[in-house]
Amino acid sequence: MDFLNPVINGFSVVLEPMNLLYCLIGVVIGMLIGVLPGLGPAATIAILLPLTYGVEPVTAIIMLAGIFYGAQYGGTITSVLLRLPGEASSVVTVFDGYQMARQGKAGTALGLAAIGSFIGGTAAIIGLTFLAPLVAGFALDFGPPEYSALAMLGILLVATISGGSKAKALIAASVGLLLATVGRDIFTGESRFTFGSIQLADGIDFVPIAMGIFGLGEILYNLEERHRAAKAPSKVSNVWPSKGELKHASGAIGRGSVLGFFLGILPGGGATIASMASYAMEKKRAKQPERFGKGAPEGVAGPETANNAAATSSFIPLLTLGIPANATMALMFGALLIQGVTPGPQLVEQEPELFWGVVNSMYIGNILLLIMSLPLVGIFVRILRVRAAILAPITALITLLGAYTINNSMFDVTLVVVFGVVGYLMKKFGFEPGPLVLAFVLGELLESSLRRSLLVFDGDPTGFFTRPISATLLAVFVLVAVMPGIRSLIAKRKRTTAASALAGDGTNNGANNIKEKV
Amino acid sequence: METTPAVSAGRDGSTAVTPGADATNDLPESLTPEQLAAQWEEEKPPAAGPLANAASSLVVLGVGIGALVLSVAMGLGTLSAPQPGLWPFMASCVMVALGLFQLILGRHNRDAEKFTRMSLAPLIGLATLATMVALMPVIGFEIPALVLCVIWMKFLGGETWRSTILISVLVVVAFYAIFILALGTSIPHLF
Repeated sequence: MDFLNPVINGFSVVLEPMNLLYCLIGVVIGMLIGVLPGLGPAATIAILLPLTYGVEPVTAIIMLAGIFYGAQYGGTITSVLLRLPGEASSVVTVFDGYQMARQGKAGTALGLAAIGSFIGGTAAIIGLTFLAPLVAGFALDFGPPEYSALAMLGILLVATISGGSKAKALIAASVGLLLATVGRDIFTGESRFTFGSIQLADGIDFVPIAMGIFGLGEILYNLEERHRAAKAPSKVSNVWPSKGELKHASGAIGRGSVLGFFLGILPGGGATIASMASYAMEKKRAKQPERFGKGAPEGVAGPETANNAAATSSFIPLLTLGIPANATMALMFGALLIQGVTPGPQLVEQEPELFWGVVNSMYIGNILLLIMSLPLVGIFVRILRVRAAILAPITALITLLGAYTINNSMFDVTLVVVFGVVGYLMKKFGFEPGPLVLAFVLGELLESSLRRSLLVFDGDPTGFFTRPISATLLAVFVLVAVMPGIRSLIAKRKRTTAASALAGDGTNNGANNIKEKV
Repeated sequence: METTPAVSAGRDGSTAVTPGADATNDLPESLTPEQLAAQWEEEKPPAAGPLANAASSLVVLGVGIGALVLSVAMGLGTLSAPQPGLWPFMASCVMVALGLFQLILGRHNRDAEKFTRMSLAPLIGLATLATMVALMPVIGFEIPALVLCVIWMKFLGGETWRSTILISVLVVVAFYAIFILALGTSIPHLF
């Protein structure tokens, strides 16, 4: 039972009052931003990064993680009640959740989603508990070549799996890589791209970039969006689903847990894709697929379970390999680096309290969220009435003042505004901000491990293919890179034969629309 | 001045009841996912034309080529003995190649959004943010923050004067209490 000792010790970390408090703060904030359309979890985490400076690493990550998985719970509420997905990962919940609400079963839909989320989340934590040390143990032998390949693959997958133009996402990633090189070259000590500025000599901090591109960029972008007025119902009754309904949805919840868990681990995967995949799977499996879109409980329970399971399991690559699987995890990575903790395979061994503290805090967080989503759901339904026009200046001010507190300097505030403009323009012109931030975070790791590997290989790039793991990863890299080209060639050929296949899958279209919100 | 009437519609309970906005809220009874997706597609902001796509590609190309030239100036070295410029050189090569690809093949993509009259709102928002950054070291954060709140709520958000002023004052007082009194940060402040 040696394995379980650190796991149990992790609970004592979680139960420290400070950590419990931050867990509560995190999940409440997560639930709130999930309920309020506009800011997504990534933007919120970016804006709140300065808040984590003053606390222990484990406390900081407990809170940020709470925001992330809390948002998965909260996003459901607006999907069901208003037909407005609060989060991208709740888009598919709209289809059946809103119909259930129309049939007077809003409470049931919310209750099923909450219970599904809880089960999915908890199952994923248990999976994480057993899988993470295994992956970490496997990755302990990774050397610079493996890390170069892994980082490259991670960036490529995040860029290509995200919605929108893949070329543009890759451009964003290359900008992130270039931004990461600003400052002193770690090998030679020479200045790069500093243009003689003293403030740039040490490189650009991660926090102003994240706060600007994710936070302020999204705030500015939302100013433009005509927020549809939402007529929020004043209360929701009977959120406890009946035994029959639960039994009916249990299959969907079980499948959603497993599907979400595995999709969350994959780089570029995550909550949004998991929820869409689960919806598609439930519809395919159903005996009467025509019920979907007309208030099928499985259409709510499955995706909501899957998005939560995925949100939890996407911590695995971050905490065990040090490779963030999506943009939100890139923010966690940055937050850990600020705290002087480098996520990687050694984390489980060297910082067991941090690792197990964060993992186990998720049990508590999920219980808190279940309480907030069932008995306390009325409070959050009432929060739906807060107007975007009032929230916008508040979030903008939090961003500006928060940015100042990082180093007590106006330079950081200016940087945040500059990157805010960049983030806004990127969104306008269809460039996803996620890959930029991810590439920025991984840039230094990628460069240094690439250069180290080349030193080992004596400057011969074919050396990467002499090691099995780096060779496999690079082969996948090439495959993923070439795939879209091949696919579009095939599609082009098909299009000439059958032009009528344009009808398309509604699920995908809708999801792409809302994806920009992440 | 561009306002967003939809935001303020009929929520105050007292004054701002716009019957039109309420009518649009009465969503049609049943929409299939496909119809719903189509509806979202329609509500999306208009897509920008090829000119905007070309412009963004040219900016990417410009930045990429700039970085490329600077990287070469830093010295490339060889793969076994790299100079500081080699890695940025590789990254900027990727950027230039993708920029060219985007310029030639991505012109007719519809993923860029047109700048409309609504885009005035972020512009004004940005102006207030920039002003605040400029004024904060001089006169502290309180007055610029108050002005920012008023502009964002009243003119960009279409709130009523009453709620704008009430909430703006509350927000600034709350921030003062949190950042100055409670956390004791050194944010420049007037009072």
